Amino acid sequence: MIPFLRTRILSSAVPLVCVVLGVFFLARMTGNPVDLYLPLSATPEQRAEFSAAHGFDLSIPVQLWNYLTDAAHLDFGTSLRTGRPAGEMVFDAFPVTLQLAGVTMLLAVTGAVLVGSLAAYRPNSPIDRIASLLSMTAASIPDFWFAVMGVLVFGVSLGLLPTSGTIGGPEIWVLPVATLLIRPFGVLVQVVRGSMVTALSAPYVKIARSKGATPRRVVFGHALRNAVTPVLTVAGDLAVGLVNGAVIVETIFGWPGIGKLMIDSILQRDFAVLQAAVLMTAVTIFALNILVDVCHALTDPRVRQAVPA
Amino acid sequence: MPREETDAPEATNSPDTTDVADAAGGASAARPRRPSHWRMLGRDRAAAVGAVIIAVVALVALFGRPAIGDRARRQELDASLRPPSLDDGVYGLLGTDVLGRSMVARLVEATATTLSVAVPAVLCSLAIGSALGLWAGYHGGRRESVAMRVADVILSFPSLLIAVVVLYVFSPSALNLVLILAVTRIPVYLRTARAEAAELRSRLFVDAARTFGTPSRMIIYRHVLPIALPTLLTVATLDFCFVMLTESSLSFLGIGIQPPDVSWGLMVAQGRQYLQTAWWITVLPGLAIVLTTVSATVLAAWARIATDPAQRWRLTLPKRRRPRSAPVPPEMIP
Repeated sequence: MIPFLRTRILSSAVPLVCVVLGVFFLARMTGNPVDLYLPLSATPEQRAEFSAAHGFDLSIPVQLWNYLTDAAHLDFGTSLRTGRPAGEMVFDAFPVTLQLAGVTMLLAVTGAVLVGSLAAYRPNSPIDRIASLLSMTAASIPDFWFAVMGVLVFGVSLGLLPTSGTIGGPEIWVLPVATLLIRPFGVLVQVVRGSMVTALSAPYVKIARSKGATPRRVVFGHALRNAVTPVLTVAGDLAVGLVNGAVIVETIFGWPGIGKLMIDSILQRDFAVLQAAVLMTAVTIFALNILVDVCHALTDPRVRQAVPA
Repeated sequence: MPREETDAPEATNSPDTTDVADAAGGASAARPRRPSHWRMLGRDRAAAVGAVIIAVVALVALFGRPAIGDRARRQELDASLRPPSLDDGVYGLLGTDVLGRSMVARLVEATATTLSVAVPAVLCSLAIGSALGLWAGYHGGRRESVAMRVADVILSFPSLLIAVVVLYVFSPSALNLVLILAVTRIPVYLRTARAEAAELRSRLFVDAARTFGTPSRMIIYRHVLPIALPTLLTVATLDFCFVMLTESSLSFLGIGIQPPDVSWGLMVAQGRQYLQTAWWITVLPGLAIVLTTVSATVLAAWARIATDPAQRWRLTLPKRRRPRSAPVPPEMIP
């Protein structure tokens, strides 16, 4: 287990480093923040002073070194926009997105396992066909359009749900979670169905059946355990992709999460916040990938032993 | 899909095919030995509908723009926000937007724009990703692990975020949009192609070609690519949806297609403010996206079965199974 984890952590760390470096350079190519934050009438002295105060006058390698050493101390600089420490802004926004994503993934995986197993139990039955078509549709609906339609139907026409904001009871969660949920759910149902069809036609299922195991035990005890590996992989990828959804959902519903923070900081050339937010996301994705690998190893003993040289 | 592409896997797997065909032979009646793709498409009603929708969308994208002229941009302010009606001719069929522009014309123009981003992006990533993946998978070793690391790096970062950052560095033009979408989707093909090539490189016919001294470039092109191609094309069909959705999301966020150009995602964004008074501006382009993506998904699911020799027989069964006693024509018995 330990050598397995070590290999996985090392290989997952490469993308992390690339992202950290990539965002530093890309952010610096988006334009000079001095032009954006000072009025056109600013004197050269004022501009120089502003640059010096925020460290934009140093050479790029020095800026990079400062960025890396400060990031190691969890100091991400101050936001140009609000004057608050960037790390603090990110840590404020992060739990919002994490809650949203957590609830979504929990619902998506549970729902997909149930629906997918039901569909796979009798391939080509009416239930299977309906589930397949619905899941394909769910996976192909643009999330922003789904959100706007949800607002139109449930917010504007029926007046049942609030159209935006984070203040209120459980009803504020419905539309954002539903919007985030739809794509992962659709994709996962198809994956669960596919791998369950394979698992249910395997010899060990026949044996379990012939020994008189109940259908529920056969599906959830025998088949699901062996079908879960591809589901885990795809669920991990989808969880990474939830950041895409979070940007859209948080923009439409006005949630102060990390997706909205990133969009806003890009639009306003707020380097410090952007770097902190992307770094936070990258670390989370890194941790998520490790978690998926650990789950893999726990469910499939073959993965644990096969450590690539 | 051209026929030649599927000939190779059939040739290599012909023993399996006939076995399965034997198994299915009892239940099926009129079945040609090697069913044509049109026939198999006709058997799957959902896929047939999907294919028709995709064909219509493609035709609209190709010939729509010359047909509508400047109608998509012509403003008639006194015809602002007209609901869909049958009274105003073809162009008033689906209503007008806030500037009085015909929704029909704008949808047609948006179809062309959306496809002109999605199709080149998919083709680029398909070509580059497959070439790299086949090369990496065939050679293995260090080349393989480097290629896979690159794929991991690109994949482990949310595509929308890469697009957002890069499109701010460079201007959000259609060309940049194509490039960024192509780059973010390369890993998908790279992984698929690598897996296929890694499995194929130890096959007997590849060994034989190598023994004859065929250069590895030619082995990949002649022997590995034809077998991997159906899978890659299926992935591309599915990926087409993803690219279209990403383009729409970017346009919706205001960093994709820029006005006065129009794409489906941008139309949804523009209609958002008039949601309460003019639902059609938002609903219709969204429906266009959903219809196209669902059709492509259904078609991809069909293609996955149709190009898989082990599963193809499913599509050759008649819709309503005839009674088992129905006589099997003698030429059908292999």
